[in-house]
Amino acid sequence: MSVKTPIYLDNAATTRCDPRVVEAMLPYFSEKFGNSGSRNHRFGWDAEDGIETAREQAARLIGADAKEVIFTSGATESNNLAVKGAAEIYAKAPAGQQGRGHIITCTIEHKAVLDPCKRLQREGFDVTFLDPPADGVITAEMVRAAMRPDTILVSIMWANNEIGTINEVPEIGRLCHEKGAIFHTDGTQWVGKMPTDVERDCIDLLSWSGHKMYGPKGVGALYVRRRKPRVRLAAFIDGGGQERGMRSGTQNVTGIIGFGKACELCLAEMEHDRERLLKLRRRLEDGLSGRMEVVQVNGHRDRRLPHIANISFGFVEGESLMMGIKDIACSSGSACTSASLEPSYVLKGLGVGDELAHSSLRLSFGRWTTEEEIDFAVEAITKAVEHLRKLSPLYDLYKEGVDLSTIEWQHH
Amino acid sequence: MAYSEKVVDHYQNPRNVGSFGASSDVKTRTDIGVGIVGAPECGDVMQLQLKVTAEGVIEDAKFKCFGCGSAIASSSLATEWIKGRTVDEALQIKNTQIVEELALPPVKIHCSVLAEDSIRAAIEDWKKKNGIAVAEEAHAH
Ligand SMILES: Cc1ncc(COP(=O)(O)O)c(C=O)c1O
Ligand code: FES
Repeated sequence: MSVKTPIYLDNAATTRCDPRVVEAMLPYFSEKFGNSGSRNHRFGWDAEDGIETAREQAARLIGADAKEVIFTSGATESNNLAVKGAAEIYAKAPAGQQGRGHIITCTIEHKAVLDPCKRLQREGFDVTFLDPPADGVITAEMVRAAMRPDTILVSIMWANNEIGTINEVPEIGRLCHEKGAIFHTDGTQWVGKMPTDVERDCIDLLSWSGHKMYGPKGVGALYVRRRKPRVRLAAFIDGGGQERGMRSGTQNVTGIIGFGKACELCLAEMEHDRERLLKLRRRLEDGLSGRMEVVQVNGHRDRRLPHIANISFGFVEGESLMMGIKDIACSSGSACTSASLEPSYVLKGLGVGDELAHSSLRLSFGRWTTEEEIDFAVEAITKAVEHLRKLSPLYDLYKEGVDLSTIEWQHH
Repeated sequence: MAYSEKVVDHYQNPRNVGSFGASSDVKTRTDIGVGIVGAPECGDVMQLQLKVTAEGVIEDAKFKCFGCGSAIASSSLATEWIKGRTVDEALQIKNTQIVEELALPPVKIHCSVLAEDSIRAAIEDWKKKNGIAVAEEAHAH
């Protein structure tokens, strides 16, 4: 068995651009370099044709109409536009006043939703941040219990980027339609990997990103429903009126072409990719659990994306573990790996014991991950964990039968 | 972040790993001082055990560490430095010396503080067990 190192198991952070995507983009750097806003010549028409094809490819992936797709610079911008743009339009009172309306989101959203919601809170909106249960799944019942007559917007991510858990999206969407609230979902980790149909799934606003699905970085999309209900948004980038006025600025033509191609490929290969990724995830999780004790797979057992595994290895700290597996590119929820020295707020939010949050790795797979690479990872991680457990005072205490939660630690 | 060669070396070949017995046994031994600092929820726990002669010379030292690579290297280095020294000499070791030796970046300074604290805690424990007054020394972090 031979694998080329380092191996890339961080596809939830970003994916390699598919070579077919790169190829589709290339002409738009050179012979088709026009500005899609140039309405009077061939160069402009070529760029515009390319963009409209990409819009159709994007719309097809999510069961929408091309007119409902707005291109952005990525999921961060899509989330900001959706959350802040909808709040402003559907506000019950003008800026500067309190009681502008109620918004529901959850504590394990990506920062690109959390921070806009926090800003809206400061600007006079009431925001409910739902805490996830231990399995990490936000249910429609939880949202229903938080609903108020003045709830204007619900923003719950489709699947979580750290643990891969899948929230009850169609159910939450149905609830929102029943109650007359706008439903936004951050689909960055879901779309392109899993079947998506904005009609069936009752979605009003859907964000996703190119670079998480084998497309280029710096380009994403926002689906904005046009019928039943027709959703309106306040734009925050004003200018030339591109993207139906919701996002002014000359379009990132090459990026959009790549985004469209990536959407087309994801749709065509979804079933195949999904089966393969699920097999890889099981191989990794079963491999590690079979080799070592106190290995915890975080998040709901079944309601999880096929390409993300989040695993805690008791008694070893995440950064030191990553140091032992230098040939594997992955992420950790450990505080020591973050600039803020705070452990993952997502794992903490799930009530994963603090020491297990520090002990976690996120391994995520993609279109080019192989079984050999998974086997290599299982071997390397097992070796590193065993090395570190020999050094771990906590492992000793565990072996002596001491319950770690009964010890009085000397915090500093 | 890139680690210095010395950190990598201590990580791969930690010196003086271990303990002089189960935590319940060493508790009562007067020739052994135990220092445990940090907390699992902070992501770092360092345990240092010293075997000290009646004259106050550190004959042997063993560590265990749950923490990042820099924390492991800091505690491993600390055991090397204190072996053979008297307890008073060992108390002179400052975290800044560890930072310098291992070329730790600013975000990893607290890992070296942990090592200094564990030396202090282990020596205090040994002194207490032997009826020696512990100097109340304020140490700032
Ligand atoms: C769930 C989720 N939302 C939003 C983002 C941000 O996406 P982008 O990098 O396209 O702005 C990410 C990626 O980090 C993500 O995983
Ligand atoms: S122990 Fe957390 S950064 Fe060193």
